[in-house]
Parts: sequence; C-alpha cells; structure tokens
Amino acid sequence: MSQLALVIDLNVCVGCHACVTSCKEWNTSGLAGYLSDKRPYDKDPTGTFFNRVQSFEIGQFPKTEMVHFPKSCLHCEEPPCVPVCPTGASYKREEDGIVLVDYDKCIGCKYCSWACPYGARELDEHQKVMKKCTLCVDRIYDQSIVEDERKPSCVLSCPTSARLFGDVHDPDSDVSEKIREQGGYQLMPEWGTKPANHYLPRRKTSLTIHHDELVRADNPLKKEEQLPQPDFDDPSLDDVTSW
Amino acid sequence: MHPAFSVIFLTTLIGLGQGLFLALYTEQVYSILKVLQTQVYIEYFSKASMVSLGLLVLGLIASFFHLGHPERAWRSATQWRTSWLSREVIVLPISMFFIFVYGCIYHFDLNATLFNVGEIPINISLIVGFIATLMTFSLYVSTGMIYASIRFLQEWHSPLTVINYTLIGVASGFTLAAAIASEFAPGLLNFYTGWSIALIIIAFIFRLFSLLRNKNLRPKSTVQTAIGIRHSQIKQISQGSMGGSFNTREYFHGKKESFVHSVKWIFIVMGFILPLLLLISNFYFNDQNILLAAVLIQYIGLLFERWYFFADANHPQNIYYQMIS
Repeated sequence: MSQLALVIDLNVCVGCHACVTSCKEWNTSGLAGYLSDKRPYDKDPTGTFFNRVQSFEIGQFPKTEMVHFPKSCLHCEEPPCVPVCPTGASYKREEDGIVLVDYDKCIGCKYCSWACPYGARELDEHQKVMKKCTLCVDRIYDQSIVEDERKPSCVLSCPTSARLFGDVHDPDSDVSEKIREQGGYQLMPEWGTKPANHYLPRRKTSLTIHHDELVRADNPLKKEEQLPQPDFDDPSLDDVTSW
Repeated sequence: MHPAFSVIFLTTLIGLGQGLFLALYTEQVYSILKVLQTQVYIEYFSKASMVSLGLLVLGLIASFFHLGHPERAWRSATQWRTSWLSREVIVLPISMFFIFVYGCIYHFDLNATLFNVGEIPINISLIVGFIATLMTFSLYVSTGMIYASIRFLQEWHSPLTVINYTLIGVASGFTLAAAIASEFAPGLLNFYTGWSIALIIIAFIFRLFSLLRNKNLRPKSTVQTAIGIRHSQIKQISQGSMGGSFNTREYFHGKKESFVHSVKWIFIVMGFILPLLLLISNFYFNDQNILLAAVLIQYIGLLFERWYFFADANHPQNIYYQMIS
C-alpha cells in the first residue's frame, strides 16, 4: 500500500512563496469550488490557503540563520482528524494514503480542526466546509496532463526543487532515499500521528582545508607561479611522454 | 481555543436540562424506596420534565449555529463508532424522547404500577425514567469526551473534563429543580436545596482540581518539535500571511490575559460561591426570589465557566502562529 507524500528540503527552500501562490492558483480553479478570499484588497484580508511558508530565525542576533518553513497538511498515517469527524466526510484513502474531505458531506462543525495539532485544516468562509491540502489529487492522476507534470502544483513551481513528491512507503523511491540518507524527519513526533510528509534538515556543507594543501609542501622552491608557455612548434607533453 | 457562543449555550443548556431531569428521577427513587415521605407532586413532575425537555431543545437549537451546513446535520449520526461528537448527536434526541415520555406519563396520569419487587412498586415512569437516566449520563459522558478525547489539548485531555461537565450540569439542574419545587412542590424544597448545596460544593472542588491541574501543565509540543529544528533559540519572523486566517481566529480567544483571569474569578464567584450562599440563606428566608436569583446567577456564572474552559485550552498549532511579520 502506497503513501504519497511531500518531502520538503529546508536546506534549499529560499522562502519565495511560489508554492503558496501556485497551490492557491491550481486549487482555486478546480471543480471542487474555489478557495475563497474575504476582503482581499481591504483591511484585514483573509482567505483559504492549503499551503503557507513561514519563516523562523534560529540563534541570537547577529549570529542567526533564517529557516523558511513551508507548512501544509502532512497526510498523517494515523490522522487524528479522521476518526473525530461525525459525518465521515474526512477520510484517508486506502490506495494512496491521501487524507481528503468530502465537501458534500462536511457539515462545517470544525471539530477536525481542533483535532489536528498542526493547524492544517481551514474552514472555507464561502463554502462553509473544511478544506485542506489534497496533494493535488485532481492533478496527479489526470491522464490528460503530460506524465512529467502529474505532480502537485507546489512541487512543480518550486524554483529550487525544495519540494519532492513520491511514495514514502516504497523504499526505492526518490523521496524514501532522501529521507533515509539526508535525515528526513516528521513534525511533532510526540503525538504519534506519523505524518507522511517529511522535512529534510538544514545541512552544513563544510570542507576543512589545511595550510599545506594551499601551499604545496613538495615544492620547496616555491615555484607556484605560471610557467612559461611552450611555443607552438615545441613538442607537446604527449609527444614527449608517449612512446 | 476560541470560545464559540453556540457551543457555550449548547453545553450549559443541555447540562442544566439533564441535571433537572436527574433531580426529578432522584426524588422519585427516594420516595419509592421510602427514604423520603412525601406525596407525589404530579403537576411538578410533568411541568419540570417539560422544562428539562425545553432546555435540551434550546441546546440543540444553539448547536445548529455552530455548523456551516446545518441542513446536513443528520449525517453527523453516522460515525458513532469513532466520533464522540457523533455519539452525542445520537444520545441527545434519545434522551429528549425518554424525558418527553417521562413527562407525558405524569401529565396524562398514565403511571400504572406494572409489578412489585418485594414491597417496592415498579411503575411505568420508574422504568422510563431509568432509561432516561442512563441516556442522560451517556450524554454527559459524550459531551465531556468530545473535549477530553482530543489529546493535543492537554487542558481538556483529562477525566476531570467529563467529571466537571457532569457535576456542573447536575448541580445547576438541582438548583433549578429547587426553584421549580418552591412553586409546585413545596414539600420537596428542602430535599432539593440540600442536594444542590452538596452538588455545588463537590462540583466546585473538582473544578478547582482541574484549574490546579491546568495551571501546572507543561506543553508537550514546543517550537523545536513543531518545526523539527534542535536549537534553544528559535523565533518566528513570519507566519506566512499579513492578514488573519482561520488559524489565527479559531484557536485563540483574542482577549487579554487579564480578561481571561477576571473571567476565572467571575465564574468562581457567580457559578459556585454566590449560588451556594443564596441556597444556604434560603433555609432561613424561604423566599422564592432567592431561589430564582440563585438559578439565574449560577447559569450566568456557568456561561463564564464554559467560556473560560474554551479560552483556557492552548492548541499546539498556535506555535506556528506567534508572529504576523
């Protein structure tokens, strides 16, 4: 049984919000109804979003580092929002593990939003139903789209490829390999919700260069400067060394 | 959490209604077992049952204001296997039905004795009332478990939530029963006043327990586990949007700390201490207005109690929404 999920690489996310806008664009244009905005150009604008990029400052000024943190539904393997739903509108798909809301069954009681520790669910002001990231379920199986593009909208839009999409249950998939080899982790593991989405941590790539690697120790005459170019007519190195 | 008035009215009104019914049935059991030697106040029983039913109906109506799609509310009875909310939706109308039948038995004087167990006569209202009592208690448990079952809200995730919902509801119901009895069943007045004094004290003790427990809670989730970065100093710079969102509205009461603090003292005084003093003073003054004042003040106090109950709960998702920009 597969479990589709996103793997988000915090090492390369630059916080450009391209995933936020492309998510909104795709999901507001779908058959399931638009993601409503209230007062979009007025005071106190608000609206439904499936995905947000937040920013955190790590460390104490001036020695700080900024981490941009994209946050959407994590499609938990033990989704706490599903069993609390009184109508059965919230469900987790058997075949691919996507957690979805049936907008025709949802009564908008908000109970599932209380039961999600990540705040991944929002009540749509216009449709009065709970909405959340669908992993672009209306896109990833669409046969009319080129196969390469059958991925969530946010993944396609990411300019730094910080968002990866795949089956985390398949040990040979790209995402599983990334989780395995680059220390992928889950959010709030203390609740046992087993989020399917993983995050790859900040990784420092540093190289220690010793002094004797900069200055050749085996060059006592310090002949580091450029050697004179041989003439065109002179035999080349190959002519000399190959018999 | 953001306290929604629909839910505050739902839980307080049905708690009061259930408590009133339990007060009736307690008296009936007492008199059948001959612990209490009184006449049967038929009018009191039929009127008070209807008041109880009316309160449950009002609570049900209030609950609809919480829904985005009230017309689909019937669907919420389907997931009783997993959802306490669904169980409440089922038990509430069943309780209403049996309380209605119970009231009708008295109103139309259908209370025939079916058989005798020893010297105890088992009549129809005793059996119907027993089922209604079971349903009433199931309703208290379901209502409490809706909140207690969410493990992320540590303030709620405790047996104290269910105990408090039950005790507070029963205490307010007995106070109301005393006020109604002062009009229709003066012989039961002391019985109910005594019971409600005892219940208010017990409810108060358990509510103080939960206040103490919540004061010493240590949040399980931190910003470190929330974003998975192991560093002692993490500060949010941006929550991703300049305007508000569902996440900034639904999970926070939006009031100052001092306001929440004063609500706590208001509910302690109005929900417990004042009604207690009024009920005790009624032993000396024996005035119907004192009882009515006790019911009213207690109910308003319990509205504050419920508001505080919601505002007190701190949802872990708030960690992600510390700073607008």
